Amino acid sequence: MDILSLFVLVPVLVVALLALTTGLKQARLVALAGGLLQFGMAVNLLFAYLQERAVNDAIFVFTRDIVWFKQLNIHYSIGVDGISVALLLLTAIILLAGIFISWKIDDLPKEFFISLLVLATGVYGFFISIDLFTMFLFYEIAVIPMYLLIGIWGSGPKEYSAMKLTLMLMGASAVLLVGILGIYFNSIAGGGALTFNILEIANVNIPYEAQLLFFPLTFVGFAVLGALFPFHTWSPDGHASAPTAVSMLHAGVLMKLGGYGVFRVAMFLLPAGALEWSWFFIILSAIGVIYGAFAAIRQTDLKYINAYSSVSHLGMVLFALLMLNKTAWNGAILQSLSHGFMTALFFALIGMIYSRTHTRDITRLGGLLKVIPFISAIYVIAGLASLGLPGFSGFVAEMNIFVGSFQQEGLFHRVATLVSVSAIVVTAVYILRVVGIMLMGPVKNEEFLDLPQATWYETTGILLLLLPIVGIGVAPLWLSDMILKSIQPFIQAVL
Amino acid sequence: MQTAYLLLIPLIPLLVFLVLGIFNKRIKPAVSGYIGVAGLAAATMLSCFAAFQYFFVADKVNGAYQTFIQKTAWMQFTDTLQVDMGIFIDPISVMMLVVVSTISLMVHIYSRGYMKGDAGYTKFFAFLSLFTFSMYGLVLATNLFQIYIFWELVGVSSFLLIGYYYTKTSAVAAAKKAFIVTRFADFGFLVGILIIGYYTGTFDFEALNNPAGSAIQNWAFTSTFMGLSAITWALILIFMGGAGKSAMFPLHIWLPDAMEGPTPVSALIHAATMVVAGVYLVARLFPMFLFVDDGFVLQVVAYVGAFSSLFAAVIALTQTDIKRVLAFSTMSQIGYMMMALGVSGFDGHEGVGYMASMFHLFTHAMFKALLFLGAGAVIHAVHSNYLQDMGGLRKYMPVTNFTFLVAALAIAGVPPLAGFWSKDEILVAAYENSPLLYGIGVVVAGLTAFYMFRLYFGIFWGKNTRYAHTPHEAPLSMTIPLVLLAFFTSVVGFIPFSRFVTADKMGFEAHLNYPLAAIAVAVGAAGILLAWLFYKTENDLSDRFAHAFGSLYLWTSHKFYFDELYLFITRNIIFRYISAPIAFFDKKFVDGTMEGIGNKTVLLSRKIMSVQSGKVQDYAFGFIGGVVLLAAVFIYLWTF
Repeated sequence: MDILSLFVLVPVLVVALLALTTGLKQARLVALAGGLLQFGMAVNLLFAYLQERAVNDAIFVFTRDIVWFKQLNIHYSIGVDGISVALLLLTAIILLAGIFISWKIDDLPKEFFISLLVLATGVYGFFISIDLFTMFLFYEIAVIPMYLLIGIWGSGPKEYSAMKLTLMLMGASAVLLVGILGIYFNSIAGGGALTFNILEIANVNIPYEAQLLFFPLTFVGFAVLGALFPFHTWSPDGHASAPTAVSMLHAGVLMKLGGYGVFRVAMFLLPAGALEWSWFFIILSAIGVIYGAFAAIRQTDLKYINAYSSVSHLGMVLFALLMLNKTAWNGAILQSLSHGFMTALFFALIGMIYSRTHTRDITRLGGLLKVIPFISAIYVIAGLASLGLPGFSGFVAEMNIFVGSFQQEGLFHRVATLVSVSAIVVTAVYILRVVGIMLMGPVKNEEFLDLPQATWYETTGILLLLLPIVGIGVAPLWLSDMILKSIQPFIQAVL
Repeated sequence: MQTAYLLLIPLIPLLVFLVLGIFNKRIKPAVSGYIGVAGLAAATMLSCFAAFQYFFVADKVNGAYQTFIQKTAWMQFTDTLQVDMGIFIDPISVMMLVVVSTISLMVHIYSRGYMKGDAGYTKFFAFLSLFTFSMYGLVLATNLFQIYIFWELVGVSSFLLIGYYYTKTSAVAAAKKAFIVTRFADFGFLVGILIIGYYTGTFDFEALNNPAGSAIQNWAFTSTFMGLSAITWALILIFMGGAGKSAMFPLHIWLPDAMEGPTPVSALIHAATMVVAGVYLVARLFPMFLFVDDGFVLQVVAYVGAFSSLFAAVIALTQTDIKRVLAFSTMSQIGYMMMALGVSGFDGHEGVGYMASMFHLFTHAMFKALLFLGAGAVIHAVHSNYLQDMGGLRKYMPVTNFTFLVAALAIAGVPPLAGFWSKDEILVAAYENSPLLYGIGVVVAGLTAFYMFRLYFGIFWGKNTRYAHTPHEAPLSMTIPLVLLAFFTSVVGFIPFSRFVTADKMGFEAHLNYPLAAIAVAVGAAGILLAWLFYKTENDLSDRFAHAFGSLYLWTSHKFYFDELYLFITRNIIFRYISAPIAFFDKKFVDGTMEGIGNKTVLLSRKIMSVQSGKVQDYAFGFIGGVVLLAAVFIYLWTF
């Protein structure tokens, strides 16, 4: 069995095991074992990859190719580069933290963990695929459990939110499917057979007209998942209703599929389309960056604030990708990772605050720093990381994005860059607003005075997410080197 | 010169921060105080040793102090643009090491007494260490990016310490304001750095500051915008960052509010070290400011500095919160330093402004920290920040009274105290450059002497207030730093600064300019005399004066309504006219459209559903109708 297929197989086995369990204790134990195993596998993969990369300079390593559906030339084709390795690690860490955070889930625990792991399977599969069809399949596998997870374990108007999220993402998938089929049917242009294999298609010059037509479809199809303005509205409602662990996985990992897909498929396979269309999507993503930040200033629900913050931060990812150079792309990937950890941490903390105070309305909270100092202090740290303070991952990512996009001359790019950079001020405003109202100030509610402190499983979950944020922020060079090396072949395709 | 041991200087406070931060509740308060003081004492000894080594032992090359750099790669942006972390040893960074260490050590010692019994004692020392670490990193930065990184870190330490009394709403608001205003300035700073990086291909100070290097030589060949070259713009934007940190007009609004923090913090961060970071930044890039665009940006620096200096001095006249008087005084003195930098040249005596600015930074750190710590002792004793609650304290607090007087005399420019020497050099530099700036400098000197002695007489003389609790002299842990700083204030003026810290690093002999010094001293004495008349004993002279000036008095006591402007911008413009409409637009239009698509689909499906009525007649009608329609289409296609 190869090292990559395990990432799909192990979650499936854990799901099977989970089906046999009864009660919360058994279910969470199996889930935790599964989460730990996957975490171990991801760490192992990182070291194996670094070793392999030293001797192997193929675009993807650990490749494996199995013919799956011969008539249409669909393969189960997998492989990883530095970018997917980093994202797999992100997924494994967030999944593990999510399991810790859901330690006390009392409503249908078995089914909850099963859905969570199915979601993870889809995400893992997506990140290792180099066959468009397989990739799309895993994408759908990842999106569908969301409906159940929000609809069943959610809160508030959960049916509405679940429906909205699923329908909008399905709508995007439909567009994406057209884009992918367009690429597929044009892959014959090189004279060979029709193929879904990314590397093979990359060698084919897809006709210019086809690129012009299919780039926006593929881009939008993926980017909706990355909260592209104006298709982001599923995310605030979806996050607000989703249970904690689901918000964590969704914002932390699932939304990264958008940027990853844009980079891996839309830009790599349709470079001429990317060049032609970039101006249009630069406008949309720059609007998203600043618009999300301003919208967040006005929200009072913690989850809405974080959701709009995600619109802003992930807008930065798309923005950086559209800048079409190495530095900005490096920043985009780093931002994906950084936002993944940060937003998962935020949602975990919001979950903890909500489970204690039973409200997410910041105007009804106040002085939490005095009552639950540890959780509040971590919230401040997460907030500082989110507003791009040096020493945390977000700063490294944003600086790569800004330096990268500043390499693009011309008034249009300059203005767009300035708009994005100005988000650092607006971000500070909404983050400090929450910190000021919710954590500092006098304790607003007498009942809050005896809230329980963080438990061991909550602390573990928090630290799992916080350490990578600090780690990347303090010593970014090794990670950025690994990513830069993997970006090289992709950037060459575009330039 | 051996430089490896210098790495310990920033690393020790970092370690102290981590230990105190992580084991917060598990360390006894008394112990954490000792850990903090011990760490800083070690760093201070290393700094002083480094200064001795650098200025007296290390070899000079062609009569100039050398630059020592030790660095390691931190981030690779593009093939050429790299960011290092490291230490940069040159005269001004060594001088700053001494300033930061000395003041920080004094503040650490002082805080053991001042913060005694506070619930967050350990946290307080952790934050102080975090700040000191960040400030060392800023001072020692080898490149623009590193300085930006630590710039942000001192900003956040400042935020945490201003908001230290976090249950107080005003402290929280002040902390937020400080962070957001400086963040806005840093937006400019960052864009400036991006421009520099793009056009010069480097962030390194060594490459940027080389007068013969491409960064300075090629400034005119970069693209232009609104008549100024890109590099000129970059320097303006970098100065914007510096102006934000150093509370220059109009980005000064955060500094008075920052006085909400504990007083030792005000002494360390908002008087002696962090707020002069902007001056340090300009000094750090001085060759660029001087040579690019023939010193255009340096002119901007000079006039912004001079104006801020005058503006703040005028406001300081009427404030009644003693910490706010000191805050505006700080702003005014920093304006002085900026002005001195702005009028400076490069070689030898031409560079007297640069030297004077650094000299004043050095002396000001000593006496302003002393003033703040003295004010802290007073506040500690009477439990109020306001002048009206004080008076006659000289009887109760002799040590504080004496040390405060020394500092007040120093800032008023009375010889032979520190402020006299550095202020004289600044006025010399201004006099040689522009009569206007010199005039402003003299006026500010007079105003400074007046408001400072208004403060002094108001606190220690004036009316005999009846106190509910008899005020006590501060404990030893607080008076020792006061006495030490008073000693420094008396002697540091005699340091022949021009031999050590100059723009060209060569050193020159500076002489006292007697006529100018006499004028400055006379003006200062006049200010003191006026204050003596007004405030020494209780009388209504000052009230009559205030009345005579009417609206001007009102404007200055309201700080020219800049806080109201800030509130208008944040609350009305950003919150009400930008964010609220965007949130509304998002809900109604963006989401509304998606919702609309969803609802229309549901409606459509209802309509289609009604076709499936279950009545055989309807189906039969549909079937026959369909056949007829299809037949018609086919016949049409076939026949034509």
